[in-house]
Order: sequence, then structure tokens, then C-alpha cells
Amino acid sequence: MIHLEQIDKTYVSGRNRVHVLKAVDLTIEAGEMVSVMGASGSGKSTLMNIMGLLDGYDTGAYRLDGKLMKDISETRAAVYRRQWVGFVFQSFNLIPFKTAAENVALPLYYQGIKRRRRLAMARDALERVGLADRAEHRPSELSGGEQQRVAIARALVSKPKMVLADEPTGALDSATSTDIMRLLQEVNREGVTVVVVTHEHDVAAMTRRIIRLRDGRIENAHEKPADV
Amino acid sequence: MFDLDTWQEILDTIRANRMRSFLTAFSVAWGIFMLIVLLGSGQGLRNGVAYQFRDDAVNSIWVWPGQTSVPYKGLQPGRRVQLTNEDHDGIATGVGGVDHITSRFSIGGTLQVRYRDETTAFDVRSVHPGHLYLEKTIITEGRFINPLDIREYRKVAVIGVKVVKALFKDEPPIGRYIEINGLAFKVVGTFTDEGGEGELEKIYLPITTAQRAFGGANRVSQIMMTTGDEPLARTAAMAKDVHRRVAERHTFSVDDERAVYVRDSNEEFDRFMKLMAAIRMFVWVVGLGTILAGVVGVSNIMMIAVRERTREIGVRRALGATPWSVVSLILKESILITGVAGYAGLVLGIAVLEIAARVMPPGGFFQRPEVDLGVAIQATLLLVAAGTAAGFFPARRAGALRPVEALRNE
Repeated sequence: MIHLEQIDKTYVSGRNRVHVLKAVDLTIEAGEMVSVMGASGSGKSTLMNIMGLLDGYDTGAYRLDGKLMKDISETRAAVYRRQWVGFVFQSFNLIPFKTAAENVALPLYYQGIKRRRRLAMARDALERVGLADRAEHRPSELSGGEQQRVAIARALVSKPKMVLADEPTGALDSATSTDIMRLLQEVNREGVTVVVVTHEHDVAAMTRRIIRLRDGRIENAHEKPADV
Repeated sequence: MFDLDTWQEILDTIRANRMRSFLTAFSVAWGIFMLIVLLGSGQGLRNGVAYQFRDDAVNSIWVWPGQTSVPYKGLQPGRRVQLTNEDHDGIATGVGGVDHITSRFSIGGTLQVRYRDETTAFDVRSVHPGHLYLEKTIITEGRFINPLDIREYRKVAVIGVKVVKALFKDEPPIGRYIEINGLAFKVVGTFTDEGGEGELEKIYLPITTAQRAFGGANRVSQIMMTTGDEPLARTAAMAKDVHRRVAERHTFSVDDERAVYVRDSNEEFDRFMKLMAAIRMFVWVVGLGTILAGVVGVSNIMMIAVRERTREIGVRRALGATPWSVVSLILKESILITGVAGYAGLVLGIAVLEIAARVMPPGGFFQRPEVDLGVAIQATLLLVAAGTAAGFFPARRAGALRPVEALRNE
């Protein structure tokens, strides 16, 4: 489903040039659950952003479900994101002035689903992550684990083919982290491709394949996680 | 364009960001409110001043006699000048541009006016037919003095509505005879005047009749004329010409300003119009300043608001929002807030003007404050447009960012 070929990416800020990704080749099949590991600055977040069309790349070819995603307009990228991808971020990225249900319903707003229906769908999604009783709470009234579960509900509500999670447990304690990863495993069992960017071994161990990045290069794309 | 769901989303955002929305709304509403009150007050002031001019013709030249102040052709200063019918005729036939002309002859002492058992003292003016235009007398019944009255020394009178009330009560006055110092005059007309109570207690007689009946010979006490549509430069020349003719007839220097006083109300009216223009100018400068301050305020808030929302924009983009949908969301919000606030300011400003109009005493220097609604609406639209433009550029920039950059924004 995700197919990267010789992807190169350089960030330029002022006179500094940072070569983040170097000739990355990578394939992730539909229904996989993989983790991307590497030290900070290894390019793992950039890799995920490119996969999620949040960022572009310089050279190479990224094919999503066989279609080439090169220099596509922001508007088309938005349409692809809407249909294909659910995001989970380290800092949750919930909109602070919206309730949990409204946050979860937001992707459906951009799919043109009517308010009443999308709030109902949001409630279903919240129930699935075990937060039905928190639907009317603002993010600030929720714990970190609860916020991340709201974010997962938001990522799932539009029934995407893949969920991209960038350090989803980075801001959580280990018990909560395990809960969140179990939730993502469950999502994956239903056929959704899950990619988790992390630097925590415990987290990576809960996926079925580990992709190791080092200095912008793939070190090992097929590492089997050791049983924990 | 109109999508209930979008507006619901916008209302949610406004409700969730009360402070920001309030500040934007306030600076717009305040700007419009101040502009309306200012423009309305300016208009009220102008109306008030115009009201002070309502009584007399604004295009007139008035001539009063005085005393010579310089020696001339061997004659001593200090001689009294006595205007006569010949001065009147000389000006009427000689000075170009005179529209209506009249003299006044004042009968000395108080005049007792009697109708049947009713006797009261009234002010009597003996005039030419042209006086009607000088004082802006409004005939309510019958007619004013006419040329035939003048030529035939008719004993007729035109009386003010207060005279009618005092002497005739509810009787119809036309055709009745009143006695003025024992002489009978036939009432041929009644009038009213916008100049106030005093003007309504006057009695007008034909000047020739009065001169003959009350021992006036050919003397007149003042000469007044209107100048039609002559421009200020022309009327100034006319006033000079009048002065010269009187000077020649009465043998005093044409430079002797105190032998006879010639007042050109055109000049005064011109000064008054300039004052009006200055008030108008001032009001506009302050008003535009207010609007400008409002524009700057709204623009500032919008720019800060968009910057504050960059991360939210990133989140929306990640969830599938197109750049344009993000920009239009922000713009619609800004239009909604500024539009509603502008309207509120408009209504509030007009309400204040209405109250002011009711509270202010009538007849003063401040009357009927009103505002040109077209101007008010244009000002509101300007503020809405400014707020929108100020929101548009940063919103477009934020919308065009790669989502990853917008998300990185703290």
C-alpha cells in the first residue's frame, strides 16, 4: 500500500541544509502494523509526514495505493488525507475549544457529513476507545491518556485505510502507553494499516515489524520485534 | 455559499473564543458608533446654525443712515444723513442686479391699535411690496402690500397672526378696519413669519400712506434690497455702488463708512457657509480618524488571531481541510463578527442621535441631528472589508503552509 523508492529530503533553513532522508526505499503492505525506530534526528518523523502527505519530498517516488504522490497540490493532498489517513500525534493536537465529541467529529466535517450524523459517529468512535462518558469534556478536562484516546477516536472515525502515529505514547506513562498500544493493535486487527513512530522499545515490541532508521538511512527494514 | 453546517462551525468558534470575538466586535462597533454620533452631531450643529438664518433673506443688502465722520467739500463732519424716497428710487433704478427693494419708514412713538373695544400697542412697519421677500414673510390669508397701494396711498394693513389673535379673537379679520392712532386702515392680509414671536406682532402699511398720514414727508429710515443670484463679488460691487450713490446725493466722501452703513448679508452668509464647511471638514477628519483607528484595531486582532490559530489550522489540514476551506472559515468568521458589530454600532449610534434630538431644546444651536445612512453603511462595509483583508493575508499564508509546518507552530 505504501511504497517509497529512493526518497530524498533536505531541509533548508537559512544557510543550513539538513539532509534528513537519504535514498529511502520502503514498502508497507495493507494490514501491517509496523514501527519506525531511530534516534531523534534520524528522520523518522519526516518519513511519517511524507507518508501522511503532511510534507513533500525532493527526489524519488512515493506511491500510495499505486498512485504517485509527487508535487501534488495541497488541495489534492487534503483530499487524499481525508480518505486514507488518520493521524495520532505525540502532543494529541486536539482543538482546545472543542469538546471531545466535536474534536472527533471534525474529520467528518471535512467529508461533508451532516452535523447530527457526524456527532453520532463521533460518539460511536469514543465508545470504541472507552470514552463515551467523556464526550462533552474539553481536552483540558481530560488526562493525557484520555486525550490520546480521543485523538485515536478522531483518527479512526473516518474509517481510514491507515493510521499514522507519531510518538503516540511520548507524553504518557508506561501503563497508559501499553493501553494506547493495545488499542492500536485492536485497530490493526480490524484491517487498518498502522505505522507507529517511536523511540521506545516497549512500544516497538508491540508491533509486528520494526523499521530502523539511522542518519536518514534505513538500517533494517525487517526487524522482528523481540518478545517482551 | 450558504451552508448551515459551516456557519454552525463558525458560531462554535466564535463562542469558544469569546474574548477575541468581543474585542474585534467592540472595535468595529465603537468605530461605527463614534462615526455616526460625530456625523449626526455635525449635521445637528449645521441645522442649528442654519436655523438662526431662517428669518431673513440671505442675499440682501441693508442700508442705514449714520453721521458723516470726515470733512468733505468744506462741510463739517458730524452731519446726520437722512435717507429719502429719492435715495430709494435712485438705487432701485440705478444699481444693477437689485431683485426686490423696499424702504422702511418708522413712525415715531408707540402706536395704539384699536379694533372695536380692543386696544393694544403694536409695532408698525411701513414698507414697499418688496419687503415681503426681505423678511421672508409668509402670507396666510389675503395679500401683502402691492404697488397700487403705494401709488394710491391706500389705507390698508397687513397684520401678523398674533395681532389677529389679540384684536379679532376668532373673527375673520380680512376686510375689517383697524384704527392706528385714530386713523382707519382696512385689513387686506394676514401673515406669519419664521423669525419668532416678535415678528408675528407686526403690522405692515404701505410706506407712502404712512409717510403722508404720520408726517413722514419723503423720509425713510432704511433701505433693503435682495440681490437675486448675484455672486459675492457682484454683490460687494453693488454695495459699493449703493454707498457711492447715497454719498453723492448727500455730499459726503465715498470713503466715509460711517455716514451710511451698507451691510451685505451675502458676505455674512458666505462667512457662515465657510464655517459650515469647516465644521463639516472637521467632522470628517475626526470621523475618518475614528474609522482608521477601527481599521487598525480590527486588522491587528485579526492578524494576531490567525497567528494564534496556526496550529489549529495545521490540525484541520491534517484532518483533511483544503487550504481554501481554512481560509474561508476564517474570513466568514471575520465577516460575521464585523458585520454584526458594525450593524450594532449603527443602530446604537442612531439611537443616541434620536435621544439627543429629543432632549435638546428646540430653536437652539443644535437641531435635528441626523446622519446619511448611505455614508454609515459605507463606513460599516469599509470596516468589514478591512477586517476581512487583515484576516485574509495571514490566513492565506497559514493555509498555504505545509501542514507539518503549521503543526510545528506553538
